[in-house]
Amino acid sequence: MNEVILCYALVLGLAFPLGIYMARALDDERESRIDRLFRPIEAVIYRLAGVNETRVMRWPAYALAVVVLHLLLIALAWGVFMAQGVLPLNPDGIAGMSWDTALHTAVSFATNTNQQHYSGQAQLSYLSQTFAIVTLQFITPATGLAVLLAIARVLLKKRAAPVAEATGQSVGVGNYYRDLVRTLVRILLPLAMVVALLLTWQGMPSTWQGAQTVAPLDQSVATTQQIPLGPVASMVAIKQLGTNGGGWYGPNSTVPLENPTPLSNLIETVSLLLIPVALLVAMAVFTGRRRLMAGIGGVMLAFSLISTSVLIASERLPNAAFEGLAAVGSANLEGKELRFGPEMSALWASWTTQTSNGSVNAMHDSLNPMGGMVTLMDMFINVTFGGIGVGLIGYLLYLMLAAFIGSLMIGRAPELMGRALETREMRRISLAILAQPLVILGLTALTVAVPGLVGTSNPTFHGLSQVLYEYTSAFANNGSGFEGLGDGTPWWNLTCVVALLIGRFVPMLVPLAVAAWLAGKRMAPAGRGTLAMDSGAFVGLTAGVIVIINLLGFLPVLVLGPIAEQLTLGY
Amino acid sequence: MSQSIHGERTAAEASDARVPGTQRPHMATLLLESLKRLSPRAMARNPVMAVVAVGTLVCALYTGLAVHEGATFGFALSVTLVLLATVLFANAAEALAESRGKAQAGSLRATRSQLSARRLERDGSEVTVSADTLRRGDRVRVIADEMIPADGEIVKGAGSINESAVTGESAPVLREAGTDNSGVSAGTRLLSDELIIEVSVDPGESLLDRMIALVEGASRQKTPSELALSVLITTLTLVFLIVVVTLSPMAAFVGITTSPVMLVALLVCLIPTTIGGLLPAIGIAGMSRAMRANLVAKSGKAVEIAGSIDTLLLDKTGTITLGDRRATEFASCERVSVERLREVACRCSLEDPTPEGRSIVTLARDQGFDQRLDQTGASFIPFSAATRLSGVDLPDGTRLRKGAPNAIAEFVKDQGGSVPAGWSALVSRIAARGATPLAVADGGRLLGVIALSDVIKSGMAERFAQLREMGVKTVMITGDNPVTAAAIAAEAGVDDYVAEATPERKLAIIREEQATGRLVAMMGDGTNDAPALAQADLGLAMNSGTQAAREAGNMVDLDSDPGKLLQAVEIGKQLLITRGALTTFSLANDVAKYFAILPAIFVASMPSLGALNVLKLHSPESAVLAAVIFNALIIPALIPFALRGVRFKADSATGLLRRNLLVYGLGGLLLPFPAIKLLDVLLAGLL
Repeated sequence: MNEVILCYALVLGLAFPLGIYMARALDDERESRIDRLFRPIEAVIYRLAGVNETRVMRWPAYALAVVVLHLLLIALAWGVFMAQGVLPLNPDGIAGMSWDTALHTAVSFATNTNQQHYSGQAQLSYLSQTFAIVTLQFITPATGLAVLLAIARVLLKKRAAPVAEATGQSVGVGNYYRDLVRTLVRILLPLAMVVALLLTWQGMPSTWQGAQTVAPLDQSVATTQQIPLGPVASMVAIKQLGTNGGGWYGPNSTVPLENPTPLSNLIETVSLLLIPVALLVAMAVFTGRRRLMAGIGGVMLAFSLISTSVLIASERLPNAAFEGLAAVGSANLEGKELRFGPEMSALWASWTTQTSNGSVNAMHDSLNPMGGMVTLMDMFINVTFGGIGVGLIGYLLYLMLAAFIGSLMIGRAPELMGRALETREMRRISLAILAQPLVILGLTALTVAVPGLVGTSNPTFHGLSQVLYEYTSAFANNGSGFEGLGDGTPWWNLTCVVALLIGRFVPMLVPLAVAAWLAGKRMAPAGRGTLAMDSGAFVGLTAGVIVIINLLGFLPVLVLGPIAEQLTLGY
Repeated sequence: MSQSIHGERTAAEASDARVPGTQRPHMATLLLESLKRLSPRAMARNPVMAVVAVGTLVCALYTGLAVHEGATFGFALSVTLVLLATVLFANAAEALAESRGKAQAGSLRATRSQLSARRLERDGSEVTVSADTLRRGDRVRVIADEMIPADGEIVKGAGSINESAVTGESAPVLREAGTDNSGVSAGTRLLSDELIIEVSVDPGESLLDRMIALVEGASRQKTPSELALSVLITTLTLVFLIVVVTLSPMAAFVGITTSPVMLVALLVCLIPTTIGGLLPAIGIAGMSRAMRANLVAKSGKAVEIAGSIDTLLLDKTGTITLGDRRATEFASCERVSVERLREVACRCSLEDPTPEGRSIVTLARDQGFDQRLDQTGASFIPFSAATRLSGVDLPDGTRLRKGAPNAIAEFVKDQGGSVPAGWSALVSRIAARGATPLAVADGGRLLGVIALSDVIKSGMAERFAQLREMGVKTVMITGDNPVTAAAIAAEAGVDDYVAEATPERKLAIIREEQATGRLVAMMGDGTNDAPALAQADLGLAMNSGTQAAREAGNMVDLDSDPGKLLQAVEIGKQLLITRGALTTFSLANDVAKYFAILPAIFVASMPSLGALNVLKLHSPESAVLAAVIFNALIIPALIPFALRGVRFKADSATGLLRRNLLVYGLGGLLLPFPAIKLLDVLLAGLL
């Protein structure tokens, strides 16, 4: 328990200095020493990439730049995965991937999801891991942050960039390439370097050598064993920091090579939540809306604490399957790495599903039903700090809904920060809200209804949970799984690609469009008569909207999955 | 009044019909109207209720199948009937709101339908035509005791008009060509004189026609925030449709067979039927409430915008002050007793018919002046613009005068007197507190000053404090000099004032306020107000105003009462709050319904799920029925809310939000639990 408290304290303590640094580094209106340090590096990148970083884009151009870059990266990664067998940096002679798994992998990493329908160390070459995978692991969180910056710039900033005339037309939101490169160079790369060094110091492999052949201590089964190595630490650093989650090794951070010591576990755990929390601080400084961000942070922290508490309580209970066995312990140790124990495993499970990270240090499939349900709820909500950038963007979507209802309840035509929320905005917001149950429930129902598709390793309730978890994880861009699911089939790969793409781009680009439209509108000054977004009542309303929307949408399926499982297990 | 056995209805009766509650549509008419609205075209206007209607059909189908197969059909039939009732209740809510709105407007229209008009032809001749053939630009002649045949503007003549048919106020009002009071409305009666009126509207476009269009369900244009809210509740409906449709295969996968009737019941309980069913009624009732306040909005949007107003520009006269000045103080010169000043002031004013003159006598009497003044043989000198004084010449030759300080000073000098020291200090002391000084002299001797002050309407300070609490900025507009204006503004408690205002200045102020993002409301009547009325987000024109003003505004006040702006804001807010509150209530209700229905759906195949039956409902059937019955009954139960609007209390935004969240959010979350339990107990007794 002390370790859990230590982790929360470390994240909150580190988030403030990091957040303040991020705000300074990303604010392009004020010159700072940070600019002088990084600008030459960035200039080289702009020149090499051949982009004009000074052009101010309206939201459609910004969104198009995001989409085009990602499509290019997907195509490139898809090609690399399929052709890796004949490409260099493949000391272990790993063959190319099948087309559908390669596509799924490319899309999965290009959407900051890192859902893996393969086993990393066995099916990806060093080239695929370091260049295709790690590149995407850097670019995707930077993109989330870039879009958040664009939104914050036009909508959230207290002294919003001067809009010449409130014409109702969308305004310039910034330059995607500039936001992307600055985030990469100033924040993600330095931070990942620090964490990678720390992890290497803890003994994590950091080498270009191929797999090592060793003689195991117990030679009764085999006389030699291949230990796959590679530049693991550098990947794990950004995997944890960038809400990515895709590990070098199939079993992710449960493996000693990917999580060697208690200290490395602490570093990796803190890295899970660090940037998403620091972003709140950064946005408070960047936008000048401290109280608003404090309110948002409060709701997120409350959700996080509830989720973590329930998960810890759940995993402290024994596994029902062990009942009557001599081995029954005091806690559920199935699927847990004994080095970390139930509490640090539950904490990781809670944080990794809140932040859309998806890396694991214990098997989620083996969580007790209530614990499994909490990880699902975390991913439905997906804005408990959430993925980098997209967590706050997703929260903004709920904020828009709460502002709509809240404005009506104080007798004003619906508005967000003084800007009218009208039919056009509500249509897009509705689209984003509708997408989630449509994709998750629709694909789950389809998969369980058509015989031969599911590939679950469990019958009934838990089987349903496995299917539900897979699509939820894909839509939430989380990437973890109730493993044991035979998900390497074309059906699973292709349907997950659909869920991944919709789950990434709709909830990210809809708020961008809405923010740009709103920014072009008349802005009523805040006063006693306008909705105070930092008031306790409004913070409560937003939390209520988040809970109600997710509860109403997913309670029935949760009843059929984890709740029924819990009740039939009879404790 | 309800005992009137004759077919004819007087204008007074017609206007009484507009008082809420005195006219209730017959239950049978209401049922018929509700049934009429079951037509597919009517249902398509409301997606939420359309889903319920389809659900009803599905349940009816399963009832039929059960009957055909000889299976038990009681449950399916009950659900079908309750769902049908849900749709009918929603239809009835709309029909009721519409009939009340129409009754208000219709009674106005009735007074006008058989009117005829004397139309003046181009050659000067007169033709008698039916009023509904009059077109914009036609000129008609109206003589005393005739009805005005159409909305228009007096181009020649002046007359007093009884507007009770439109406003409900029976005191006649004066309307005159070439003034700011030149507008007339159809259906009002000319009491005196003769007028030439230019018709300003084509048939079907009059204020009355607009009023009726706002409350007619089928042709009613939805307001912007109503449209946006419709998008939201339609989305929620789709979400729940997905939830329920996908539930069946997922349940089958875990070995649970689901009953289609129960799934339909779940769907209907989850989709926001409460707000979906009441939304049209709320909109119509909002328009009716405006109409009941004699405010005619030209569009529903105008009523809605009133709720979001940030700045109110208020004319001082008539809105903040009573309109005429009253004597409030006698201030005598040195070595003159106040009693002496009072007596002379009274003598000057006894025969003065102006309100100011009467107020001087009243003030003196109030201060205990009870001397009987004998003025036989005295001659009264009335006020004239040239002399700027009035007074009385007593038979003994004493000349008593009151008037503007400068004019009285001249008079005193003429009489051989002199202006005492300290005189100008006295005059400016009075002026500094916003009062108008009126000097009093007895021949060559200056006696003192009467302070004439604007009297602030009672309750205005509280009203402005409320508005400030609500975050609405009030700006007083007056033609007074800055000193007077400042004093009155301070006393009334407005946030800001504009002195020596001209129509151009008003327009400029509106633009300035709008440039900071605020929504501005103003009221006006003159032609020179028209640009400002058009520029304002809510331009409230007085019905007595000129045609230009009435056309520029987006709302017309039939009472021509400048205080109506405040009421317009409240009506707008109430309309929006009612929508928000019922949406929240509707959504919060769902939690309890889940707890009633979900265990009921699953428990037959999976008894362990019975643990979720936290309400300990009797049986799956009774649980589902209790939930759908609650869902249906909540609609008629909330019709009064929808029609009256939720109670509105002036408060800050945060205060309002907290209160409404507690009442409608938390209330909506908790209420259904006991209600469904109670219905279940009742049903358990029946089954």
